[in-house]
Parts: sequence; structure tokens; C-alpha cells
Amino acid sequence: MMNKRMNKPILNVSGLTIDFGGIRALDHLDFDVQVTEIVALIGPNGAGKTTLFNCLTGIYRPTDGEILLACPKTGQQTRLNGLKPNKITERGMARTFQNIRLFSRMTVLENVMIGRHCRTHSLILGAIFRNRKTREEEQETIHKSYEILEKVGLAGQVNELAGNLSYGAQRRLEIGRALATEPFLLLLDEPAAGMNPQETAVLVALIRQIRDEGHAILLIEHDMKLVMTLSDRVVVMDYGKKIAQGTPDQIRGNRDVIKAYLGEDVG
Amino acid sequence: MITAKELTPINKKIICKALKRSLLISLWFVFLTFPIMVIKVNPIERTVSWRWGNIAYVAIGSFVISLLAKAWLVRKERAAAAKTAACPTRASIFHNILQRPGCRYPLAALLLGVALAFPHLFSTYQANIMTTALMYIVLGLGLNIVVGVAGLLDLGYVAFYAIGAYSYALLNLHFHLGFWAALPIGGLLAALFGVLLGFPVLRLRGDYLAIVTLGFGEIIRLILENWNAFSKGPSGISNIPRPGFFGLEMSLDQAMIYMYYLMIGLVLLAIFVVNRLQHSRLGRAWLALREDEIACQAMGIDKTRIKLTAFALGAFWAGLIGVIFAAKTTFVNPASFTFMESAIILAIVVLGGMGSIIGVICGALILILLPEYLRALSEYRMLAFGAILVAMMIFKPEGLIAGVRRTYCFQGRKSTAALQDDE
Ligand SMILES: Nc1ncnc2c1ncn2[C@@H]1O[C@H](COP(=O)(O)OP(=O)(O)OP(=O)(O)O)[C@@H](O)[C@H]1O
Ligand SMILES: [Mg+2]
Repeated sequence: MMNKRMNKPILNVSGLTIDFGGIRALDHLDFDVQVTEIVALIGPNGAGKTTLFNCLTGIYRPTDGEILLACPKTGQQTRLNGLKPNKITERGMARTFQNIRLFSRMTVLENVMIGRHCRTHSLILGAIFRNRKTREEEQETIHKSYEILEKVGLAGQVNELAGNLSYGAQRRLEIGRALATEPFLLLLDEPAAGMNPQETAVLVALIRQIRDEGHAILLIEHDMKLVMTLSDRVVVMDYGKKIAQGTPDQIRGNRDVIKAYLGEDVG
Repeated sequence: MITAKELTPINKKIICKALKRSLLISLWFVFLTFPIMVIKVNPIERTVSWRWGNIAYVAIGSFVISLLAKAWLVRKERAAAAKTAACPTRASIFHNILQRPGCRYPLAALLLGVALAFPHLFSTYQANIMTTALMYIVLGLGLNIVVGVAGLLDLGYVAFYAIGAYSYALLNLHFHLGFWAALPIGGLLAALFGVLLGFPVLRLRGDYLAIVTLGFGEIIRLILENWNAFSKGPSGISNIPRPGFFGLEMSLDQAMIYMYYLMIGLVLLAIFVVNRLQHSRLGRAWLALREDEIACQAMGIDKTRIKLTAFALGAFWAGLIGVIFAAKTTFVNPASFTFMESAIILAIVVLGGMGSIIGVICGALILILLPEYLRALSEYRMLAFGAILVAMMIFKPEGLIAGVRRTYCFQGRKSTAALQDDE
């Protein structure tokens, strides 16, 4: 908990609660994410991890609690509750989806170009008359998107339809598409799910590289080896509550965590 | 199709199943068509004749057709399985031809030449039919923005067409506004109504959206039909002037030909604008909206805004063509704007190929010109429509000419867009 990089958090969640009818999927959740930190979010199936992401990104509206996002450059803090998903992405937080949600009948490059949408401005008249500003913007969009594809290792498949990519490549494309929105905080929902060990190794390197370039990362993952090697800090959830938080080593020995995963009292 | 060598046990099973299914289908058809095909009532002589022979035709016909359809589907599935995901985006022969710069421009020039010479080669009557087809091309291109690109199923498109037509008719009646002034006003008014319709349906998708837009189309028609003081009701508005050409007096024939060239110009404009829109930041956002609404929003796209622009830009073209329609027929009444019109325009988009400009053009030409030249079959028009659409959904759901995504090649740091434009 006593992280060395302990300055102002870029994401601060306090008392976050959401009810679906009678089910309390998130129950007074508190946690934060610091600049250029990799935080892993773990917990058994149905613990509410994806629900938390949906609340953070504005897809669900929380019943109670507060989500604050602070831009590390300007230090400006905004309350995200009630903002639309696109406004939240504009503020600098982007995500990937557990069940891949690519634009499957668009090309790989176009998928990433969609991510640039909120950083570009041309409108109807620009599209029709294709004036110099629009042309330059379009070129910039293409180039930045291509650079991102090089980074995630998909430069060879720019013109492929996204739906035709292999599973691992689709997950990397989702990361690339999120990166195109220029986030400072990236939320990854089970990025390694369904990947083989080689693909996972490539992914780990990619996530490290993204962090080293100055992004903070909050990731949900069931692959414990990945979580333990990659993350600076781990938050453990069960039944919508935070049950533990700490460095990977602290979590490994935590009795509550073992109990939540094994479902019984041990030792 | 299936040779003896291929008759492995699995194949045998498939064939057995297909035979059984076809048999069931043919029995069902015999049952359904029994009252029309077999029983013949002669009300004058008060006799009933039974034409049992017809059963055989229906049974054998439907059996063979369903078997052929099944065989075709199986073959297609196998081909798709053999190809798998390894194959990159496969463009149709049509697109391959168009992609070659050596073919594209001469072909376009040839088409344009034929189009320009058309009224001089054929009668004015033919030119008149062609003008109608051209109008439907533009209508199709407009609806294509909403349905084909943005994926918003709009069944009330004819309402915008009506708004365009009535805005010219009424503005001319009350304020003596000319055609050229009314043209942009009709388009903009329709676009405004597009936004007005867009607001309440922002949260709706798929079937729900279809039903509400269908209702909107009917509301506009009912208002025009019943609000006598405003729109003169079912009797409509007549004596609408044809478009002028610097105050020149024109005979009826000349006016028709003038109209034809006007439409050629408008079609070219629509192709140009829609093509540019599709290949822009906005066009990509529409496509993303069609593909996945949640991901689209999560990627920072303002869903509300791009939905409204899609409705507005789609409606705009319907408004323009509405003004043209009023000027062409010199008379408007609500009967011209029934759901049937929406259905035809939608059929053009679906048949031609959702999101494909060339597809929509072909769809409009086929669906408007064929019935004109096959007058003899006009009674079966609706039947043929239905059959064509069902067959398309089964065999070629992407339409006659599917839209092809633009490709880019990167050499070093520079990118060049290949397949620059659709047309
Ligand atoms: N829209 C919703 N309506 C009702 N209940 C929901 C909704 N979304 C999530 N839930 C419930 O919230 C709980 C948490 O689900 P969530 O998907 O967040 O789990 P998770 O931790 O992501 O699990 P997994 O590891 O399997 O992905 C589940 O019991 C789920 O049924
Ligand atoms: Mg989940």
C-alpha cells in the first residue's frame, strides 16, 4: 500500500455502489490508481470486476459513490459520475472489453482510426469539400493509427477485416484502438483471456511498454502468473466488495484472498 | 453437383435430411395453395371445379426448388469453410474492374456519355422513365446513409420525400417561390425534420426503431391527408410550375428533357457528396455505430450527434427529390407518399448492397426500370418484390454489390490510399 510513487492519484474511487434490482453488484468500493502504475483487479467469477469497469466508463450509472479522474499533466480533476461514455474517453480514460467488441466489418486500420475520432474535428463540410485542414487531419489520423498498429504488432494486417483476425490479434487490436484515444489511464478487461503462452508473453511486454510510455493501467485478469509478474499493486474483490489490496507478495499470502478463491477456511 | 464419389455416409445423411425437408416443404405448399390452385368456383354457373392436376405442379415445383436451394446453400457453406479466415477481403469482379485505373475512367466516361446522349437516342417517354429511375437512385443514396452506413433501420423515409414535395408546392402556392429557391429549402426542411425525428428515437434500435419511423411516415401522410386548411387534403395541390431555365419558354418535351439533365446533375452531385461523406471521419463513425453501439461510444464518439447527422443528411436528399417530384408531376397529393414508397427505396438499398454506392445505383435501376419494361407482369410486382428480397436475404445478404473497405499501403512513413473512391 505504501507505494513509492505515492503522489496524487489519477483515479480515485470512493464508496462506489451499484444495485441491479435486489443485487448489489458493487458495495462501497474504494481504491485509487497512481501515475504510471499497473494495478491488477482480481476476484472470483461474478465478483463485479467488469461491472466496476462499466461504472467507471459511464456505461452503467452508479447508485452511489464518487469517481474522480485527474489529468496528470494539468492536474485538473473531474467527477465522472453521470458523464456519457464518450465524454469520459475524451477526459483520458479508455478501455477494452472482456467479450471482444471490435468493429468486425471494418479494417484493422479503420478500427484504430475510430479511436482517433475524439481527437480530431472535421465535420460535414470538411468531409464534402476536403479542404487542406481536413486532408492534413486525415493524413495525421492515418499515420498515428499506423504507428499504434506497429506498436501492437499488427502493421502487417492493416487492410484485413478486424473480424478475420486471430483471437490474440483481436485482443491486441482492442488495446491499439483504446490507445488511439490518447488515454493516460487504460482499462484492460482480461486482456490475456484465450491466449497461448507465447501470445501472453508478447502481451506482457506490450503492457510494460505502454506503461513505460507514461500510461497508467488498471487490468482485470484471471491469469495469476501474469498478475504477479506485471502489477505494482493488486486489488482483490469478492461479492462486489474490496477484500484486500497490496503488493503481489502481500496478496499471495493473504488469508481472505485464499478463502475467497478456495471458498473455505484454510489454516 | 453431387457425384457418386462424394457419397460418404455424412453426405448420405445430409441428402436424406434435405429430401425429407423438401418433401415437407412441398406438402406444406400444396396445403397452402390448395384453395387457389385446386378449387375453382364459378359464381355465374354456381359450380365448383376441382383441378387436381395442379397439385402435381405445385408439389413437384416446390420440391425441386427447395432441393436446389438447399444444395446451393450447402455448397456455399463448404466454399466458405474451405476458404476460412486466411483469405483477405475479397473484392468482387466488379470492384476489381473498377479498381484498375485503366478501366475505371474510360468506363465512367462511357457511362456518362451514354447517359448524356440518352434523351436523343430514345424517345422522351423513355427519358421520362429514366428520370424516375434517377430520382430513385438519389433517394436510395440518401437512405443508404441512414440504413446502409449508420445501420439505423428507417421505414418512414417517404415522409422526408413528402416534406420536400409539399414544401415546394406550398411555398409556390402561397409565396410564388420558384423551383430553384424551393430546391434547397425543401432539402433543408427535410433535414430539419430528420433531426426532429432523430431526437425521440435516439435510444431505439433495430425493430423498435423501424416501428417508430414507420409510424412517423404514416403520421406525416395522415396530416397531409386530413389537414385540409394546410395541405388541401386528399385532392392535393396542382399547377405547380416546372423548373425554369432563365425564363425560357419550353415545350413539354423540352421540359422533360431538361428535367432529365437536371437529374443527371443531381445524381452526380449525390454520388460525389455521399462518397466523400462515407470516406471521412464522420462516415467511419457511422460505420462504427452500425457495428457496435457500445464500443462506438466507449471509443469517444458522440452517439447522439452522429445519429442526428445521419438522419439529417439522409433526409436532405429525400427533400431535394421531393421538390423535383413536385416539379416533374406538377401535382402532389398524399397518395404519392404511402409506405409502399419507403418499401421500394429500402428494397433498393437492400438489394443493391448496404453501404455501397454502385450497389444502390444498380438496385435502383433494376427495381425501377424492370417493372416499367415488364408491364405485362405488373400484377405480380409485389410478389416478385417479396420473392427477390427473400432470395437476397438467403443467398446474398450483403446485396448485389457489397461495399468494399478502402485499403491503404504503407511504404516507409508515407501512406497512399488505394481504391481512392467508390465511383
Ligand atoms: N446489467 C446487469 N443487470 C443485472 N445484473 C448484472 C448486470 N451486470 C452485471 N450483473 C451482475 O453483477 C455481478 C458481477 O458481474 P461481473 O460481470 O461484473 O463479474 P466479473 O467479476 O467481471 O466476472 P468474470 O470474472 O466472470 O468476468 C454478476 O452477478 C452479474 O450477474
Ligand atoms: Mg468480467
